Amino acid sequence: MAMSNIIPLFVAISLLGAFIISIIGKRLKWLPDLIGSLTTLILLVLSLITVRIVATQGILVYNVGSWKLPIGIVLVLDGLTVFMLVTVNLIAFFVSIYSINYMERFTSKWKFYTLFLLMMAGMNGVVVTGDMFNLFVFLEIASVASYALVAFGTERHELEAAFKYTVMSTVGTLFILLGIVFLYSYTSTLNMADMANVLAQKGMSNIVVMVSILFIVGFGLKAALVPFHAWLPDAHPSAPAPISAMLSGVLIKSLGIYTLCRVFYNVIGINSSLSLVLMVLGTLSMVIGVFLAIGQWDFKRLLAYHSISQIGYVILGIGLGTPLGIIGGLFHLFNHSVFKALLFLNSGAVEYATGTRDLQKMGGLMTKMPITGTTTLIASMSIAGIPPFNGFWSKLIIIIAAVQANRLGYAFWAVLASILTLASFMKVMKYAFFGELRNKWSEVMEVPFFMKIAMVILALICVVGGVLFISNINEIFLKPASDVLLEGTKYADIVFKGIQ
Amino acid sequence: MSKEHDKGMTLIVKVITRLTVGLILLYGIYIVLHGHISHGGGFAGGVIIALSFVNLMLAYGRDVALKKLPKSAMSFFVSAGALIFLGIALLGFSGGYFFLNFISKGEPFRLFSAGIIPLCNIAISLKVGAGLFAIFVVLVLLKFEWEKKE
Repeated sequence: MAMSNIIPLFVAISLLGAFIISIIGKRLKWLPDLIGSLTTLILLVLSLITVRIVATQGILVYNVGSWKLPIGIVLVLDGLTVFMLVTVNLIAFFVSIYSINYMERFTSKWKFYTLFLLMMAGMNGVVVTGDMFNLFVFLEIASVASYALVAFGTERHELEAAFKYTVMSTVGTLFILLGIVFLYSYTSTLNMADMANVLAQKGMSNIVVMVSILFIVGFGLKAALVPFHAWLPDAHPSAPAPISAMLSGVLIKSLGIYTLCRVFYNVIGINSSLSLVLMVLGTLSMVIGVFLAIGQWDFKRLLAYHSISQIGYVILGIGLGTPLGIIGGLFHLFNHSVFKALLFLNSGAVEYATGTRDLQKMGGLMTKMPITGTTTLIASMSIAGIPPFNGFWSKLIIIIAAVQANRLGYAFWAVLASILTLASFMKVMKYAFFGELRNKWSEVMEVPFFMKIAMVILALICVVGGVLFISNINEIFLKPASDVLLEGTKYADIVFKGIQ
Repeated sequence: MSKEHDKGMTLIVKVITRLTVGLILLYGIYIVLHGHISHGGGFAGGVIIALSFVNLMLAYGRDVALKKLPKSAMSFFVSAGALIFLGIALLGFSGGYFFLNFISKGEPFRLFSAGIIPLCNIAISLKVGAGLFAIFVVLVLLKFEWEKKE
């Protein structure tokens, strides 16, 4: 069998896991944990294998059902896809390990794992597909699963948040669908590579501008960029902690940022005005997100606002369009996935032990929960950009790239947002983990084993994350991803020539 | 009249439903099986199959309908439909490609033709029929429980 047969497995294995759990997980209580962790482990291993495949063989193109390129659906495995697959499946594996203990507090764990794996199938599908409408379908699978997961606790505020999320996200999806409809009527094809070819021949026209605006609104809503961010601070804190980690860690990136990059760089083709829009939206998110975060007292809500702010960094880096900027943006995307997932898992651990998310009610938990406290400290320093943790390196690269591109204003705002991030995480550490232990927390225990192990390994990745920028690892992991974006609309030729 | 007939709508509706519900189900199955050679297919047929059960529930009340298709059976069919569909797609690997149409295509416009497409239609109809009825049941049951609380 050809090597490219690995590509559809990313969707097929997660769907298989999901439906096996839903069909027999109700009766066998131990089964959902096992299949959930096993499926995500297999996906993680497969995604690490793809790094090697792309490094040695180049881009792989897979024809689903052996229908040839412009007619059938193609799946494409290139540098950017591999990068996203590793990010998504890495976080998903640790989240599913964490859920083994954490989700004990909820009823019907099997429903949780079914929805979780469906969301995985959607995210992996969005990342591997090379077909515009297929992308929309997978986007919907991931989104619909996430609506249900946000409402998983079925308390009043959770249902309210899920409803708000559903309505806003559906509006975003409709914008995307409308954009795809216009593109299809203009180019008469749905294949991304073919579409890029046709658009290059026909040149810019008003309909392409219209489609760009629709996509910025639609995908921007999925990515929670600032004018479209209102759903995120409600939805992310309301979900169970592992799902908050997934949503903030990878969902907004694979459904929002990856799609934005893919469509604007590889299909429509980036130009200076689009790049300006991305940079302005990125900077707005960066600054407004952090200003809104700093006044929050709900631990998870504060983290949710920081997600908006950090997404701003990624978009700013990618919007700069310079090689260094794109590498910085993608590097920050990976780092943010790791430390934000870790922070949400930490907040879940604190909630698991104490039952509260209010920072003002905590205090001195470091003595009672040393592992949670230490990992939170590491993640906080990463997100605030303290050397030598991974967040520092990626922010540094983005700021250097902005200065190099002579965008000093944007660099200034990036530095300012970073300082404010540091301030708000000093607040978290002071109120939650340092200071005096209150009497009512004297009975608090450290969280169970699987939760600890997931947090510790993610913290280790935060510490050594800077290594990714060392030339060897950079060559096979980050650079191919940024090369895909730099190639721009040459993507079409590469896909048409790719190994089939 | 037996006790189960106390619930639901009036006698006229019940009699008409009793006469038509079988035909509706049969029509749904017809649409599914002829999906590859005429209009419709797994989704449309599945919706019609679900409607036949919805019709039963509207006319006779939920107990009768849920006796015909219990909740556990519904969740089984939903998962089984998806698994069959995925299984067919994975079997395509026997010919080297995911979703490959590996069965002989046969003569066009015959009932037994088009390879895996009729099988996919059946899987989809299971998923859609059971799923849509499950959604309806959930909406109805939630309302019942809410009314009980009032």
